[in-house]
Amino acid sequence: MTELNELSLAEARDGLRAKTFSAREIAQAHIDALEKARVLNAYLLETPDRALKMAEASDAKIAKGEAGPLEGLPLGIKDLFCTEGVTTTAGSKILENFEPHYESAVSANLWRDGAVMLGKLNLDEFAMGSSNETSAYGGVISPWRRTGSDVKIVPGGSSGGSAAAVAAHLCLGATATDTGGSIRQPAAFTGTVGIKPTYGRVSRWGTVAFASSLDQAGPIARTVRDCAILLGSMAGPDARDTTCVDLPVPDFEAAVSRGVKGLTIGIPKEYRVEGMPAEIQKLWDDGAAWLKDAGATIREISLPHTKLALPAYYIVAPAEASSNLARYDGVRYGLRVPGRDIAAMYENTRAAGFGREVKRRIMIGTYVLSAGYYDAYYVRAQKIRTLIKRDFEEAYAAGVDAILTPATPSSAFGVGEKASADPVEMYLNDVFTVTVNMAGLPGIAVPAGLDGQGLPLGLQLIGRPFDEETLFATAEVIERAAGRTVLPKVWW
Amino acid sequence: MSVDEKTVRRIAHLARIAVADDEVAPLQGELNAILAFVEQLSAVDVTGVEAMTSVTPMAMKKRKDVVTDGGRAVDVVANAPETEDHYFLVPKVVE
Repeated sequence: MTELNELSLAEARDGLRAKTFSAREIAQAHIDALEKARVLNAYLLETPDRALKMAEASDAKIAKGEAGPLEGLPLGIKDLFCTEGVTTTAGSKILENFEPHYESAVSANLWRDGAVMLGKLNLDEFAMGSSNETSAYGGVISPWRRTGSDVKIVPGGSSGGSAAAVAAHLCLGATATDTGGSIRQPAAFTGTVGIKPTYGRVSRWGTVAFASSLDQAGPIARTVRDCAILLGSMAGPDARDTTCVDLPVPDFEAAVSRGVKGLTIGIPKEYRVEGMPAEIQKLWDDGAAWLKDAGATIREISLPHTKLALPAYYIVAPAEASSNLARYDGVRYGLRVPGRDIAAMYENTRAAGFGREVKRRIMIGTYVLSAGYYDAYYVRAQKIRTLIKRDFEEAYAAGVDAILTPATPSSAFGVGEKASADPVEMYLNDVFTVTVNMAGLPGIAVPAGLDGQGLPLGLQLIGRPFDEETLFATAEVIERAAGRTVLPKVWW
Repeated sequence: MSVDEKTVRRIAHLARIAVADDEVAPLQGELNAILAFVEQLSAVDVTGVEAMTSVTPMAMKKRKDVVTDGGRAVDVVANAPETEDHYFLVPKVVE
C-alpha cells in the first residue's frame, strides 16, 4: 500500500474528502517521515504540534462538510515567508531569532483554504544561491544520488529545502519563491514540478524581499495538477502589495487536462547554448516531439537578447537587494553587534549577520547604484530588460502560445563542486530561467527524464503574461509523455 | 571596469558592512569577476530604448488616504534588540 505521505496532493485531497483516512493520520505520516529524514536538512524548523492541531481542526471541518480546497493537506513553507509566532530566518544568521507578529499573504491564503503547516524549509540565505549552500544553517542534501554513488548532491536553490522535501515525500507540496530561477532550477534538479507565476499574480506581502521587481512566489509539488491546485490558493489580489494585480484567479486545475491541440510552441534558437550536453539537447527535442504528437505546432523562434539577461540580472537583482537589505541594521529586528558608535554598530551587525554571498551581492548592488555608476550600470540594465521583454512580446504577437526550453544547463551537481573563487560559475545555472523573471512572465519546470547518471532533468515552458493555464495544460502533456519521474529510494 | 582595493573599502563602507583587511583581496577578486561578466552589456546599443520601470503594464494601485492599520506598537518593537517604552534604542548619535 502507498504510504499516506507518498500520495500526490490531489490524491490526498480526494482521500480526505472520501474519508478514506483522516487529516490527523496524514499529518502524522509526514511528521514521522520528516523525523527520519533530518540528514537531508530540508526543514529548518519542524512544527509537529501545530500540524496536529491544524489537522484536528481540519478533521472537524471535513466532518461538518465545511472543508476548504486544501483542507487537511500538509505543506512545507519556505523560510522566507513570515509565519506568525513561528521563527522566520530567511536562511540568515541576521534573522536567527526573528518571530514575526504577522502572517505572509501566501501562507495566510493556504491556511484560509485548510492547509496544514509541517514546518519551515531551508533555503539559500535571503534566497541568494543556486545550490542551497549559502544557507547559514547548512546546505540541503538532495534525496537523489547518482547511480551507484553516495556523493552528496545539491537540490538546487534557492528553494532547495522546498524541492528536496517534496521529492523526499516530506510534504505534499511546498511554497517557494523565484527571483532568477529559484523555483524552477531546484524543481528540475529534484524531479519535481515548480511554477513561477506571472509577476503580480501572487502577493509579495509578508515575504522577505530580495529583489522586489523580480521576486514572485509559487508552489513546488510532485505533479502538474498539484501545482495548479496550490497556485489556485496562493494567488489572488491583495491591497497590501501595490504590484499584485486585481485579477480573478482562474480555475488552474481545470486547465490541466486541456491538452495542446492547436497551440503553437516556440523553440528559441538562442537557448541552444555552446557546450550544451547532448542529453539536454535530446530531452529538449523529445519535449518538442511529445507536444507535436499531442497536436501542437512547433515553430523555431528567435529571442535575440537572451544572452544579455543573466548579466543584466546581476546588476538589477543586487541593486534591489542592496536597497531591500538596508533594513537589517540591528535596530528594529534581528541581530545586533555593538560598536563604538552607531555606524560601527551597523557595520559590525551586518558583517556578522550576513554570509559571503549576501555581502557580495549587497556590495555589487551598492556599487552599481553609487554616484557616477548608476547610469552606466543600473539604467543600462533596465533598458536591456526592456529589450528582453520586447523579444517575448514579439514572439507572442506572432502567434506563439508558449515557449519550450531546457530548465537548466545540466543536472544537479555535487556538494562543493561549484565552490570556485568565481561566483559567475554558479550564476550560470540560471541562464535559462532568468529571462523569465526579467520579463515578468510565468514559467514552469516539469520533469522530463533522467540523465546518464540517473539524475532528473527538467524542461521549462514560458507563457504569456497571466496565462499560467496554458503552461499547466502544456506541462501536463510533457508529464504524461515522459512518465512520472521515479522517485529516489530512501537511503536516509 | 574593475575595482581596486580602495574602492572595495569604500563600497563596504557605503553598504555598512565591516570588512577585515584579509577579506579585501578575495572580495576584490569576486567583485571584479562579476563586473567582468556584466561588461558585455556596455557593447549593446540602447539608443532610444526606455528603461523598464514596471514589468507588468498596470496603473499603480491607489487607495483612499485613510488610516487602515495602527496602534500596534507592542508588535512593532517586539523583535527589536533593545527597546524602552515602545522606542527603539540605539547608541548615542548626538553628543
